[in-house]
Amino acid sequence: MPAISFQSVSKSYPSPRGSQSGSFLALDGVSLDIEEGEFFGLLGPNGAGKTTLITILAGLAKASSGRVSVLGSDVLTDYAAARRKLGVVPQELVFDPFFNVREALRFQSGYFGVKHNDAWIDELLDSLGLTDKAHVNMRALSGGMKRRVLVGLALVHKPRVIVLDEPTAGVDVELRQTLWAFIAKLNQQGSTVLLTTHYLEEAEALCGRIAMLKQGRVVALDSTSALLRAASGNVLQFKIDSELPPSLKAGARVTGRVVQYPATDALAIERYLAAAREAGLTLQDIEIRRADLEDVFLEVMKRQSPANPSEQQVAV
Amino acid sequence: MTGWQMLFYKEVMRFWRVVGQTVGGPVLTAMLYLLIFGHALESHVKVYGQVSYTAFLVPGLAMMSLLQNAFANSSSSLITSKVMGNLVFLLLTPLSYWNWFVAYVGASILRGLVVAVGVFVVALFFTDVSFVAPVWIVVFALMGAALMGALGLIAGLYSEKFEQLAAFQNFIVMPMTFLSGVFYSIHSLPPFWQAVSHVNPFFYVIDGFRYGFFGVSDVSPWLSLGVVGSTMAVVSLAALYLLRIGYHLRS
Repeated sequence: MPAISFQSVSKSYPSPRGSQSGSFLALDGVSLDIEEGEFFGLLGPNGAGKTTLITILAGLAKASSGRVSVLGSDVLTDYAAARRKLGVVPQELVFDPFFNVREALRFQSGYFGVKHNDAWIDELLDSLGLTDKAHVNMRALSGGMKRRVLVGLALVHKPRVIVLDEPTAGVDVELRQTLWAFIAKLNQQGSTVLLTTHYLEEAEALCGRIAMLKQGRVVALDSTSALLRAASGNVLQFKIDSELPPSLKAGARVTGRVVQYPATDALAIERYLAAAREAGLTLQDIEIRRADLEDVFLEVMKRQSPANPSEQQVAV
Repeated sequence: MTGWQMLFYKEVMRFWRVVGQTVGGPVLTAMLYLLIFGHALESHVKVYGQVSYTAFLVPGLAMMSLLQNAFANSSSSLITSKVMGNLVFLLLTPLSYWNWFVAYVGASILRGLVVAVGVFVVALFFTDVSFVAPVWIVVFALMGAALMGALGLIAGLYSEKFEQLAAFQNFIVMPMTFLSGVFYSIHSLPPFWQAVSHVNPFFYVIDGFRYGFFGVSDVSPWLSLGVVGSTMAVVSLAALYLLRIGYHLRS
């Protein structure tokens, strides 16, 4: 029995007023099984449908068609059982301004019908570095602290499946490390983790398997190592102080001063270097490295450009 | 505590933390009405033949405060959680729509009752209050508060912005509670407005409630019980239905 099962999940939203077409298809037949104990990454550009998929899983939205279940419990017909098994860290930094951290955790625990939960709440506070904030009103916490509380709230009923929707967006290094150490520990103890993130190095380091979404469809689904192996191999990287000449722009990825070229073999690398020399560029910090998840991601997203973008808009 | 009990407790704590604003304020307002209207009209008006105007006014004011605060509790809690976004924590729980209903309406009833008791305590400094038929008093207090708690739930679910809720409050709740015979016996109204009052369910809540104090009312308390009971049932069913389909909660 999979920990999370999406079967042909589609979701269409009515188009904003004034637009021509009838509706916008946010998810287009997504099928995906995540097994118990996996650390699974869901990647994709903004608007790919990651959060929509998670809101459907969490019961915050209903799929237009298809079925979703958590450890065998359907999220619609057996929602109470499904939600008991699921802990969701929402993307938005939301909080209840009336209460302090410990109260918020106690209430949330109570809603799930978990009694005498103070020992686990203490452990959560400790693991998330919140012990000295337990009696501080939620309003008075910094953004990072609020994020920790969100994680605590999601875990307060000891769910077997944990969903983190961009938990590290705008979060400092220290919290990221605390958070990942804690989540990795829970994963080692048997919890299933579903993560969406824009930090691809995090996904590469943490996730055993990865799905990439684009325009509401799964465009890649494999183990992280297989995805990395399938990538074009190496990347030539260097820094320049001047503008990159047009002759060198083909195939280049430019981020500020850093220029990168995916290269399959030594010949390709030599060719790029020769072209740079001919153009009179001074290269600094030259490096040849293995392709990482970011390279894979960019390659997959480029390759999967839909032949007919208009088919994403369906009339109702 | 089970899930709904925890939600009920949280909803009670929510208004109790700001008790000055949620209970003290309404009691003060009622006291000002009592002071001004009572003083201005005491010597001019006798109701039901023998009841002094101030004594007549007390149950009406208590009920009006109860109704308005029961409505305010569920509606403002919901709209605040929606606007703040923290309603998501509740939506992620296994709480059923019945659980939501019982917890939100229960807390509304409690706030309504606390405010009403506050109004009585203050009123005792101004006039004698009689309690001829206490059972009717309790029955109408509970039903009025439940009706408004459920109506507040509907308004809170419907509204996406504070302005929408304010419109609900200013254009429906305030006029209907004011025009329900709080300040007068409807027999003192011209025939047309008497007829209008008879289609206002809040008239029956206040009239039945007042019967419990004086043993006298404009219509039979049994008729009031029937009207208030059926209104409460309809409003509750509507609220339960909206919760069940996740109206403005789950897209």
